[in-house]
Amino acid sequence: MPSMTMIQALNSAMDVLLTKDPDIVVFGQDVGYFGGVFRCTDGLQKKHGVSRVFDTPIAEAGILATAVGMGAYGLRPIAEIQFADYIYPATDQLISEAARLRYRSGGEFTAPIVVRAPTGGGIFGGQTHSQSPEALFAHVCGLKTVIPSNPYDAKGLLIAAVEDDDPVIFFEPKRLYNGPFDGFHDRPVKPWSQHAASEVPEGYYSIPLGQAAIAREGSAVTVIAYGTMVHVALASAEEEGIDAEVIDLRTILPLDIDTIVASVKKTGRCVVVHEATRTGGFGGELIALVQEHCFYHLEAPIERVTGWDTPYPHALEWDYFPGPKRVGAALRRVLEA
Amino acid sequence: MPSTSPSLHIPEPKHRPGASHDFSDMRPPPAGLLDRPAIDISAGQAEPLARGLVRVLNEQGEAVGSWDPKLDPDRLRGGLKSMLTTRAYDDRMMRAQRQGKTSFYMKCTGEEAVAVGAALALRPDDMLFPTYRQQGLLITRGWPLVDMMCQVLSNSRDRMKGRQLPVFYSSKEAGFFSISGNLGTQFSQAVGWAMAAAYKKDSRIAAAWIGEGATAEGDFHHALTFAAVYNAPVILNVVNNQWAISSFQGIAGGEKATFASRGIGFGIPSIRVDGNDLLAVHAVTAWAAERARAGLGPTLIEHFTYRQAAHSTSDDPTRYRPADEPEHWPLGDPVDRLRGHLTVSGHWSEAQHEAFITETSEEVRAALREAESYGTLTDGPSVSPATMFDDVFKEMPWHLRRQRQELGY
Repeated sequence: MPSMTMIQALNSAMDVLLTKDPDIVVFGQDVGYFGGVFRCTDGLQKKHGVSRVFDTPIAEAGILATAVGMGAYGLRPIAEIQFADYIYPATDQLISEAARLRYRSGGEFTAPIVVRAPTGGGIFGGQTHSQSPEALFAHVCGLKTVIPSNPYDAKGLLIAAVEDDDPVIFFEPKRLYNGPFDGFHDRPVKPWSQHAASEVPEGYYSIPLGQAAIAREGSAVTVIAYGTMVHVALASAEEEGIDAEVIDLRTILPLDIDTIVASVKKTGRCVVVHEATRTGGFGGELIALVQEHCFYHLEAPIERVTGWDTPYPHALEWDYFPGPKRVGAALRRVLEA
Repeated sequence: MPSTSPSLHIPEPKHRPGASHDFSDMRPPPAGLLDRPAIDISAGQAEPLARGLVRVLNEQGEAVGSWDPKLDPDRLRGGLKSMLTTRAYDDRMMRAQRQGKTSFYMKCTGEEAVAVGAALALRPDDMLFPTYRQQGLLITRGWPLVDMMCQVLSNSRDRMKGRQLPVFYSSKEAGFFSISGNLGTQFSQAVGWAMAAAYKKDSRIAAAWIGEGATAEGDFHHALTFAAVYNAPVILNVVNNQWAISSFQGIAGGEKATFASRGIGFGIPSIRVDGNDLLAVHAVTAWAAERARAGLGPTLIEHFTYRQAAHSTSDDPTRYRPADEPEHWPLGDPVDRLRGHLTVSGHWSEAQHEAFITETSEEVRAALREAESYGTLTDGPSVSPATMFDDVFKEMPWHLRRQRQELGY
């Protein structure tokens, strides 16, 4: 089985989909001839033709509006927004249109679209190349939000997202594009080839949306994470020598409540981690759910480790990014409580 | 007078309530003045059409000039019937709102030819992306009035299951895209639909509508850009009815240039048409459809008309415009003008017209009687609250199932 980076896995997913279904088209800024600013669509236009993989004007709302129209026609568009930070011009089309189309038309019209967007920080991206806006979309009824943490999941989840009949926002942690990142920015970064999840089948497979994965089994405390923070949580548990159970949510919505509840009932403790800012972040929803479902099993207050409630700074990257030190400290606190 | 220093210009209509109408500076060009060009015209060559006004029916009710679509009398009578039905439907549903049978309604009085003329010129399977003021499209396509009324009444037969505000129809079968409250969004979606049709080498085309007020939305710009870039087979209709609720068209940018002329800068052949002249609307739409089907790309059409009625049942236009303005609109009334044409050409009589009006109002009355038997917003059968949780997603996730149970279903 070939070893792939997350970029290669995503590229492979789109290649498989384009080969399988003539109704699938891929488009966005610099997606066509150039192959994408992150190389995710490299070679796809040459292989599948310009009418199937093409460049668009720089207009996020236009990209998603045309995707909605194509979806209503019966195509399955995969639209790319170059950075999650630039998805905001398209939010009217996403929130008011794509997410509500099935509902408002009584099921007559649907928007089977996938919106791919690189997300997350840890790359000195500053304010507009680092954001994690998933909580904005989790609050929108009718949208599904997916965030993979490794190449194997990235390919399987993207294929499932494209074949799903509901609109899916597919956030790709760009910090994980070339290799896993555990937050130890002062240590050499390992490539994906040294990670088991880089073994990616060349052909078709999919991973169901709405199912979390247990990234590490443990009994002392449950860590709920997704994207880059899965690797940070794993590293924190190792560093601290804590037998944490790390849940990789994979799909933010619809949420795998059963996996979360089973884990917290077993461990009695819970830490939620995400890069996004704290107030109104998805961590708040996760904590509320754990409290509602596991109150009598909890032995300590639920902790959350998140980005600060500030715009994402440039020079102060590592003071902002919720790295293994902060996660480790939270793990110790809940165990000592 | 030339300005000598910068000053903030706030466009104002000529007259406000208390004053009388004043259309003295509006001199509609004579019918037949502009020629129908070849369909492969460039945007630059279309400039006179974008600044002028295509008109077919003259003051005497005769069809003149090369834009005359030469429709046979049956087609014209069909168009008149659709306009009269639309008007009767609007009047009846407005009353239903006043009677408390529903919460809201929006009429298209004075603008019937815009929708009916276009629907007659398009093929039944072309895809329409309407605003909330194109009910004439559904009516011309023969979609049942009862179905439309059930939507307005949000009753047990409402296919939108009471989820949508009245008049936000949707009919996949009729090729009528689901109406959204967010202005302009459908304009660029139509371009995507047309791109998909072109990708599939489909002969169907898309048509989209937007009001002149909503052309200020970003989606208008995106639609024109994408339509031009990808040569999408789409007809982009701007309905300039002079008013966006209380804002006159100058606030949308209409003081300095026509709305049609905006298309020229995008490289889209664009035409301004007398929106109260069903023959002109039909001819220009047919021309644009021919262009789209021949692979020549998009066309922008500005329909120059006037919103005779209030913006909606929640609006009182006498608070912002002269009360006598609607009846003095220089381009007249679309129903009267087509009726005049049919009469002048010997295909219509007073008696036939009266019979038509009786027939349409009877159809509307019977349809409402049937629709009300399925309930109204305030009385009778309605959709089950359990359906509120359906169709958010294709399959209902656990959290919605749980919320439905919490409500008792």
